[in-house]
Amino acid sequence: MNAPIKLTAKDYATDQEVRWCPGCGDYAILKAVQKLMPELGVKKENSVFVSGIGCSSRFPYYMNTYGFHTIHGRAPSFATGVKLANPELDVWVVTGDGDGLSIGGNHMVHALRRNVDLNILLFNNEIYGLTKGQYSPTSPVGTRSPSTPDGSVDLPLSPAVFAIGSGARFVARTIDTEMKHLTKVLISAHQHEGASFVEILQNCPVYNDGIFDSVKDKKQAADTQLVIEHGEPLLFGQDNQKGLRLNAQNLSFEIVTIGQDGVTEADIVVHDETNKVLAQMLAQLKGPDFPVPVGVIYQAPAPAYVNEVYSQRIAVRETKGKADLNALLRTGHTWTVE
Amino acid sequence: MSVVEELEQGTELSDVVVRFAGDSGDGMQLTGNNFTEATAIYGNDLATFPDFPAEIRAPAGATFGVSAFQIYFGSEDVTTAGDDVDVLVVMNPAALITNVKDLVPGGVIIADADAFTAKNLARAGYKENPLEDGSLDAYRLISIDITKRVVDTVKPFGLSHKFAVRCKNMWTLGLTMWLFDRSRDAAIDGLRTKFASKPDIAEANVAAINAGHAYGETAELPSGVDVYRVPKAVVKPGLYRNTTGSEALAYGIIAGGQLANVPLLFASYPITPASSLLHTLSGQKHFEVLTFQAEDEIAAVCAAIGASFAGSLGVTSSSGPGISLKAEAISLACATELPLLIVNTQRGGPSTGLPTKTEQSDLNQAIFGRHADTTLPVIAACTSVDCFEVAIEAIRLATKYRTPVILLSDGYLANASEPWLLPDVSDLVPFPVEFETNPEGFRPANRDPETLARVWAKPGTPGLEHRIGGIEKDYVTGDISYDADNHQRMTDVRKAKIDNIANDIPQQTVALGNETGDLAVLGWGSTFGAIHQGVKRARLAGKDVAHIQIRHMWPMPSNLKELLSGYKRVLIPEMNTGQLVKIIRAEYLIDAQSMTKVSGQPYKIKEIEAGIAAQLESLK
Repeated sequence: MNAPIKLTAKDYATDQEVRWCPGCGDYAILKAVQKLMPELGVKKENSVFVSGIGCSSRFPYYMNTYGFHTIHGRAPSFATGVKLANPELDVWVVTGDGDGLSIGGNHMVHALRRNVDLNILLFNNEIYGLTKGQYSPTSPVGTRSPSTPDGSVDLPLSPAVFAIGSGARFVARTIDTEMKHLTKVLISAHQHEGASFVEILQNCPVYNDGIFDSVKDKKQAADTQLVIEHGEPLLFGQDNQKGLRLNAQNLSFEIVTIGQDGVTEADIVVHDETNKVLAQMLAQLKGPDFPVPVGVIYQAPAPAYVNEVYSQRIAVRETKGKADLNALLRTGHTWTVE
Repeated sequence: MSVVEELEQGTELSDVVVRFAGDSGDGMQLTGNNFTEATAIYGNDLATFPDFPAEIRAPAGATFGVSAFQIYFGSEDVTTAGDDVDVLVVMNPAALITNVKDLVPGGVIIADADAFTAKNLARAGYKENPLEDGSLDAYRLISIDITKRVVDTVKPFGLSHKFAVRCKNMWTLGLTMWLFDRSRDAAIDGLRTKFASKPDIAEANVAAINAGHAYGETAELPSGVDVYRVPKAVVKPGLYRNTTGSEALAYGIIAGGQLANVPLLFASYPITPASSLLHTLSGQKHFEVLTFQAEDEIAAVCAAIGASFAGSLGVTSSSGPGISLKAEAISLACATELPLLIVNTQRGGPSTGLPTKTEQSDLNQAIFGRHADTTLPVIAACTSVDCFEVAIEAIRLATKYRTPVILLSDGYLANASEPWLLPDVSDLVPFPVEFETNPEGFRPANRDPETLARVWAKPGTPGLEHRIGGIEKDYVTGDISYDADNHQRMTDVRKAKIDNIANDIPQQTVALGNETGDLAVLGWGSTFGAIHQGVKRARLAGKDVAHIQIRHMWPMPSNLKELLSGYKRVLIPEMNTGQLVKIIRAEYLIDAQSMTKVSGQPYKIKEIEAGIAAQLESLK
């Protein structure tokens, strides 16, 4: 036998013409994922991409793996069925802020709290792209769109806060065009057993262009991004001179500068990804008052649903013995007519 | 269907209807089930009809909280739970006032006099106590202080008053068993097993049964009340059990999965009266069956479809309102041509409607209730036992043609029980699925030239990586396509695939009667029993009537039009406002006549007889 041929990103590309708008952040994510796949140690035939409806949900058509482009909002449910039917499969869910948090919010809650072993990628562009620009559940108040010409008035939700609140055991945030960071986060998500939820800040050049520029812009990013690492202090700014200190009085973060007012690095909170309270506080941070955290916000493994289902089945089989339908039909009271 | 082959001669009573009625907490369903088992052991043919309220524990004594269990047994073939009641057991005034109208003149009433208190009488709407004011003189009334007797009987076991009173259903069971010469052994064994860890309760209940029985033997009862003998029915030899439609359906699903050689994922969301399927299957993990209680109806059907994509057979189950929620996903399964079984245990509607009552009003929904041109096979069970075979047939069609199939049951079939001559599953004909494994020339759009079924290539198979989805696909490559001619072609092939199933199902036969004549009564679903008996009685009276029962509702058997055309008149009784009749008229231009009932109760035989008589009269 020859040694298995090492696959490359090309092997994960399909012959289909990619139909996203020029400049869409989805291209960058697709490229990163195609490049990442050969590194994961998963057989190509065991990878399955499941999506709902929306721009992001066209993703499976461009991945040369098994793929299922389903219906609006329901991808986590289809993916749960796929994983239940065959736990050997490596199942990815690709969704967006409308698909995953509006029409499909309920399924997202339950896939997360059930801890189904899925890698869930939520492309958050804070807008409905495929239906031509209506505001989404993550759009900030005041978003002007075809359906809100005078500005939206309802409050948005934060995907990461939503995920932690739903009981997710792996919650991370990353950025479409930052391939290195994106790849690193996706590898962690993939390694995590159970549901992994990754919010990817994604630019829609047509309907919401530049919405994340302040976070992504190289000149500003040092002040607007908080790159978090487990075990590392929550530092940011040019030369990492700024940091987050806990205000114990009102249980909130405050931005401090090392070297000013006697602040030292020892005053800065150290990221502990297993600490749910800390994770909730981090997930809630947003600009312009605070930098936006990117990285693994929360990771605390718990038994994965499908594993538990199969373990239970093994236990039942040990006590009940071999399945016999004739015997099952004859359980309870029977009688013979001569 | 019927297990009776011939009548036994020299009978006293050929058939009897007994109804137990009380508060929903009085244990009437348990009493009925025990009596049913004893009756099956005795050797009568039987059918039962549990009729209970939607409220789990309605306020004591309320008329809307009355729970009833009816059993019809006899020495002839029994296919319905009976029309008029011969013996009515009532545990309180509410049970009496809501049920006495169904009792035949001269019928027996067994009443717990202790429950006829001023408060309970007022709550039921009685001004005077009917046990004392002569208003029940048309019946044979056995008014007994059951509660007091039960409390005295079980005193030695040291139960609290509350638990002591609960034994009164077993006392009543004992008396009813005496009345029909049934054996108490099975019920007593059952109690000792059920309460193995609480011997006091077990023995108290046993004592109550024996005391009720002893009362019958020793008490002076109204004239005409004595032990009634209902001779054994002559039935096909073999091994029997009682089954409800739900149980038979669950076992049929397991059998279908085995015959198709695919594992099953049963994904469902609780809804009355469909939940019992989920309950039964979730206890069968040692088979190739996984169950998934989803967060909602939509998630349930989507998980089932996901499982089918991954190489299991996805099964989902609900009742009408839940099926509405699943409609979009079912259309996706049509578009992606994946196998899927959808069970609809129909109930009274619309909306929440009558969740614990029966109706056949989702036929239109099953055949037409989706967006776009999404035709799929629809198949209906007609008796509790029939659910087993119908489930297997539905799985055969779903896996062979890679299509969703809707199986229609209803609240009556789900809960009603009848004796089942148990099949040997090794006699069933397998229909194993062949998954694609060969990458040579593989395209996800490939079809079997004969069945038109799309190839089934499951994830995990090397070299067959492919994408499917809801967007229209190219006929040849399976890639997404917005081409106009291609959409026409794909729509045509999806329809042709389903239409073609008409050639793969049995030709329609006549259940009873001749293949031509004056009148055909065309039935579907659980009206089978009442139609069968109604037609049988009309034929005994010399009428030229036939009974035809459709199982395959869509596509329908290819000879059905020709068969129906052989009768001067076709009558279609349905528990809806006339759904099948419109389909028959539209498809075949046959002037079929409609007869409908939507009371939440099954058809009575005499209602069918009256419908037949009216049609025959109009033919004169």
